[in-house]
Amino acid sequence: MEQQVIMNQLSYPILSTVIFLPVLGALLILLNRRSWESLSRWIALGTSIATFFLSIPLFTMFDKSTHKMQFVEKFKWIPDWNIYYFIGIDGISVLFILLSTLTAILCVLISWESIKTKVKEFYIAILLTTSFMIGVFCSLDFFLFYIFWEAMLIPMFLIIGVWGGPNRIYAAIKFFLYTLVGSLFMLVGIIVLYLYAGKTFNILELMTKTYPFTMQVWLFWAFFSAFAVKVPMWPVHTWLPDAHTEAPTAGSVILAAVLIKMGAYGFLRFSLPLFPDASQAMTPIMLTLSVIGIIYGAVICLAQTDLKRLIAYSSVSHMGFVTLGIFALNIQGLEGGILQMLNHGIVTGALFLSVGIVYDRTHTRKIADYGGLATEMPIYASFFMVFTLASIGLPATNGFIGEFLILLGGFKANQWAGVLACTGIIIGAGYMLWLYQRIFFMEVNAKLHGLVDMDVRETIILIPLIFLVFWIGIYPDSFLSFMHPTVQHLIERLNTGGVQEMNIAKTIMGVVK
Amino acid sequence: MNFQFPDLTPMMPELAMTAFALIVMLLDLLIKKKEVVALISIAGVALVSLTLFGPSGTTFGTMFISDGYSTFFKLIFFINVILTILISIKYIAVEKVNYGEYYSLILFSTIGMMVMASAGDLIVLYLGLELMALSTYVLAGFNRHDIKSNEAALKYFLLGAFSSAFLLYGISIVYGLTGTTDLRAIAAFISARDLAHNSSLLLSVIFLTVAFGFKIAAAPFHMWAPDVYEGAPTSITAFMSVGPKAAGFAVLGRVFMIAFASVKADWAAILIPIAILTMAVGNIVALSQTNIKRMLAYSSIAHAGYALLGIITANNEGLASTMNYLMIYAFMNIGAFAVIIMLRSEGFKGDNISDYEGLSKTHPLAAVLMLIFMFSLTGIPPTAGFIGKLYIFMSAINAGYTWLVVIAVIFSAISAYFYLRIIMYMYMREPKTTVPLTTSFSNGIALGITTAAVLLIGVLPAYLLNLAKAAIKGF
Repeated sequence: MEQQVIMNQLSYPILSTVIFLPVLGALLILLNRRSWESLSRWIALGTSIATFFLSIPLFTMFDKSTHKMQFVEKFKWIPDWNIYYFIGIDGISVLFILLSTLTAILCVLISWESIKTKVKEFYIAILLTTSFMIGVFCSLDFFLFYIFWEAMLIPMFLIIGVWGGPNRIYAAIKFFLYTLVGSLFMLVGIIVLYLYAGKTFNILELMTKTYPFTMQVWLFWAFFSAFAVKVPMWPVHTWLPDAHTEAPTAGSVILAAVLIKMGAYGFLRFSLPLFPDASQAMTPIMLTLSVIGIIYGAVICLAQTDLKRLIAYSSVSHMGFVTLGIFALNIQGLEGGILQMLNHGIVTGALFLSVGIVYDRTHTRKIADYGGLATEMPIYASFFMVFTLASIGLPATNGFIGEFLILLGGFKANQWAGVLACTGIIIGAGYMLWLYQRIFFMEVNAKLHGLVDMDVRETIILIPLIFLVFWIGIYPDSFLSFMHPTVQHLIERLNTGGVQEMNIAKTIMGVVK
Repeated sequence: MNFQFPDLTPMMPELAMTAFALIVMLLDLLIKKKEVVALISIAGVALVSLTLFGPSGTTFGTMFISDGYSTFFKLIFFINVILTILISIKYIAVEKVNYGEYYSLILFSTIGMMVMASAGDLIVLYLGLELMALSTYVLAGFNRHDIKSNEAALKYFLLGAFSSAFLLYGISIVYGLTGTTDLRAIAAFISARDLAHNSSLLLSVIFLTVAFGFKIAAAPFHMWAPDVYEGAPTSITAFMSVGPKAAGFAVLGRVFMIAFASVKADWAAILIPIAILTMAVGNIVALSQTNIKRMLAYSSIAHAGYALLGIITANNEGLASTMNYLMIYAFMNIGAFAVIIMLRSEGFKGDNISDYEGLSKTHPLAAVLMLIFMFSLTGIPPTAGFIGKLYIFMSAINAGYTWLVVIAVIFSAISAYFYLRIIMYMYMREPKTTVPLTTSFSNGIALGITTAAVLLIGVLPAYLLNLAKAAIKGF
C-alpha cells in the first residue's frame, strides 16, 4: 500500500492549507459587519489570491516522473467505518487544483461591481465552493470525496438561486435535483464497493482489487449517473443551459471552468481504474453518447438567441470531446481529454467572463441586442476574438492541441467516432464565428452607443487566461508532462483488467480441454 | 411463597424522573412564574440524566430491563424533553396557555417513553405506552382556545385508543399462544414448540406492527399525523415528532428482535412494504403542502420510513443505525421547529410556507439556521442527516437489501425538493412583509445546541457511532 503514495514532502500540509484557507476566509467574512461590503470583497480577494499562491508549489514541486499520489496527508477520521482523512494528488488532479484556485480569483474580481445584494453571503458562497471543489480533486477516500462532492451543491445552489437571472429559481432547483439524483446512485455504488472490498473507503486500495464483471457493470452505471450528469453528457445535459444562463457571471464561470470538469474527472479517477472491464465493454455506448453530445450541442448552438445559452450548449459539445477522448481508452485520447478539460475550463471560463463584462454594461443577453460592438469596445473585441478562436481550436491556441489529441485517440479507437466528431469542430467554427460576427461586426446597434471599453480590473481578469491560451497552444508539454506517467499507469490498469479476464478464460478453456 | 423486594437500582432513572414530575406538578401550585417551573424541570431532567450511568440489569423478574439499548433511547428522550422545554417557555406564553401542568405532562410522557424503552414484558410495554400516549393527547390539545388544537387532541386520542386496542389484541393472542408476556420467554416458547409457522403468531405480529406503526407514524397508519402535527402547539409537535416516534422504534426493535426473533423473515416481509409505502407517502405528499408544520409532519413520516430500513435488516448493526438515525433526527427536527416557533408571535401564526418569503433578508441568522436544518433533513453532507442516512444505507446494503436502498435513495432525492422549497422561499424571494420574530434566550440555547450537534455530528460522527455501537452490545 505505502508504495503507492509519496507522503507530503513539504514542511507544512500544503493540500489541507489550500483546501481550508478559503473556508477560513469565509469565516472571516461571516464575522464581518454586513454593511462593510467592500471589506468582504477585499477579504475574499485576499483569500483567493493567497490560496492561489499557496497552490503554486504543487505545480513547481510536483514529481513528474511517477504516477504515485503526492503531497499525501493521511489521518484517522472515523475509525468505526475505517474512514481516513486521506488526500493527495497525481498527474490528473494537480492541474485542476490550480485551475480552481485561479478561477476563484477571477470570480471574486468579476463580481466586484456586479454583485450588489447580499455581498457578504455571495463571497462566503464563492469561497466555500472553491474549497469544496479543491477537496473533490484531492480526496483519496471515498467518504471524504462524497462529502466534498455533495457539499459543493449547497453554495452553488445558492449562487445560482439567489444572485441569478430572472428564471434563476427554476434553474437552481433543476441543477440541484439533477446532480443530487445522480450522486445518490453513486452513493449506493460506493457503499456496495465498500462492503465488497472488505470495508474500506480507500480509493487506492479499492483500485488494487478486481471485481466480478456483472458487478462492475452495475457499479459503472451507478457512477455514470453521477458523473454523466455533471459532465454533462447528452441526454442528461438539460440542467446545464438553464444553470449556465441564469447563474451570475461568477457562477457560470465556476460551473464552466471547474464544476463540470468533475464529472470527467470522476470517470478518469474512478470509473476507468475501478471498473476496467466494464469501461472497456461500455466503450461503444460511451463513444456514441459522446458523439451525439458533440454534434447535438453544436447544432443547437446555431439556433440560440441568448449569448450565455449559446456558450452553455457549446460546453455540451466540447465536453463531448472530453468524454470521447477519455473513452477512446488510449494514451492520446486520455491525455487529450485531460488537456481539453483544462482548455475548456480556461476558454469557456473566459467566454463567460467576457459575456459578464458586457452584460454588466448592457444588461441583456440577447444576441439580437448587440452588433457593431467592435467599434465601441475595440480592446474587448480583440480579447473576445482570441477566446473565440481558441474555442474553435485554431492552431497555436490551446483548443487545437486538445482537440487534435482527442481526434487522434478517437480515430484509433473507432474511425466513425473520429469522423463524426470532426463535424462538431466544423459546426463549432460556424456558430462561434457567426456569433462573433453578429455581436462585434455589422451595424452598431443604437443601444450600444457610448459603451465604455474594459477597465483595468476587467483587463487584469482576462490577461492570465489569454496567457494560458497561448502557453498551452504553443508549448503544451509543460502541462502534458504532468500526465504522462499517470495516464500510462491508468492504461496499464485498464489492460491488466482485461488480461485477468483473458487469463481466467484461458484457464477455464484449459480445464475444459 | 417467598416474597423478595425487587432491586430498584436499574430503574433509578424512572423513579427519579417520576419523583421530579410529581414535584414539578406540586410546585406549579406554589410558583406563579411558570418560567421557574420550566427551569426546575430542565434542572430535574439534567439531574436525572446522571442516573443513566447507574447500574444496568433486569429487575421485577425480567419485566424491566436496563441495558445499553434502553439507555441510548433514554438519552434521546432526555435530549428531546430538554430541547422541547427550552423552545416552549416563550412560545406557550405567546399562545397564552402558560400553565404549569404543561411541564409535568411533558415529564410524565417522557417517563412513559422510558418505561417503553426498558420494557422486557408486553404488559410493562403497554403501561409505558399508555402513560406516554395519554399525556401527549392532553398536550396536543393544550392550546385550549384553538379549535384546531382541540381537533388534534381528539383525533389523536381516538386513533390512539384504536391502535392501543390493536396492541392489546396482539398481546392477548401472543399470551394465548405462549402463556407468557415476557419477551424472552415468548421467544423461547416459540422455538421450543416450533411455532414459527403458526398463523396466529403471524396475526399477532401483524397486530403489533399496526400498533407500533401508529406510534412511529408509518404509512398506512399515519393518517393522524398531519392533522395532529398541524393542530398541536408547535412545541408539542416537535416533542411528538421525536419522542413517541423514538419510543415506538425502541419497542419495535426490542419486541421484534427478541420475542419474534425466530420469525424474522416474516416480520421483515411485513415491514418492507410498509417502509416503502411510508417513504412514498411521506415524501410525495409533502411536496404539495403549504403549511410548514404539515409539511414537516409528512417529512417525519418519511423519516420513519428510512429508520425502518435499519429494523428490516434484523441485525444488531441495522438496529444501531436506526438508533443513530433517531438521535440525529432529534437534533435536526427540533432545530427546525425551534426556527418555526420563532415565527409565531402575537397576532401572527407564521406557520405557512409563504411566511418564509425573504426571511434571509429580514432575519439572516434564522434563515441560515433553517438552511442548515433543511439540508440536514435532506441528508446533504457535511450535516448530521447525511451520516444518519449513510449508516442506515450501509447496514441495509450489508444485509442484502441493495434494491431497497435504491428505492430509499430515489425518495430521498424527491424529498430534496420540498426542503429546498423552504430555502428557496427564504433566500430567493423578496419579503412581502416583515415577519416579526419572537426570540428568547432559551430558544436561542436550543438553537445553539441543535445547530452545533447537526454540524459536529456531520463532520465528526465517530463519537455518536461508538455510542450507538456500544449501546447495542449484548442486546
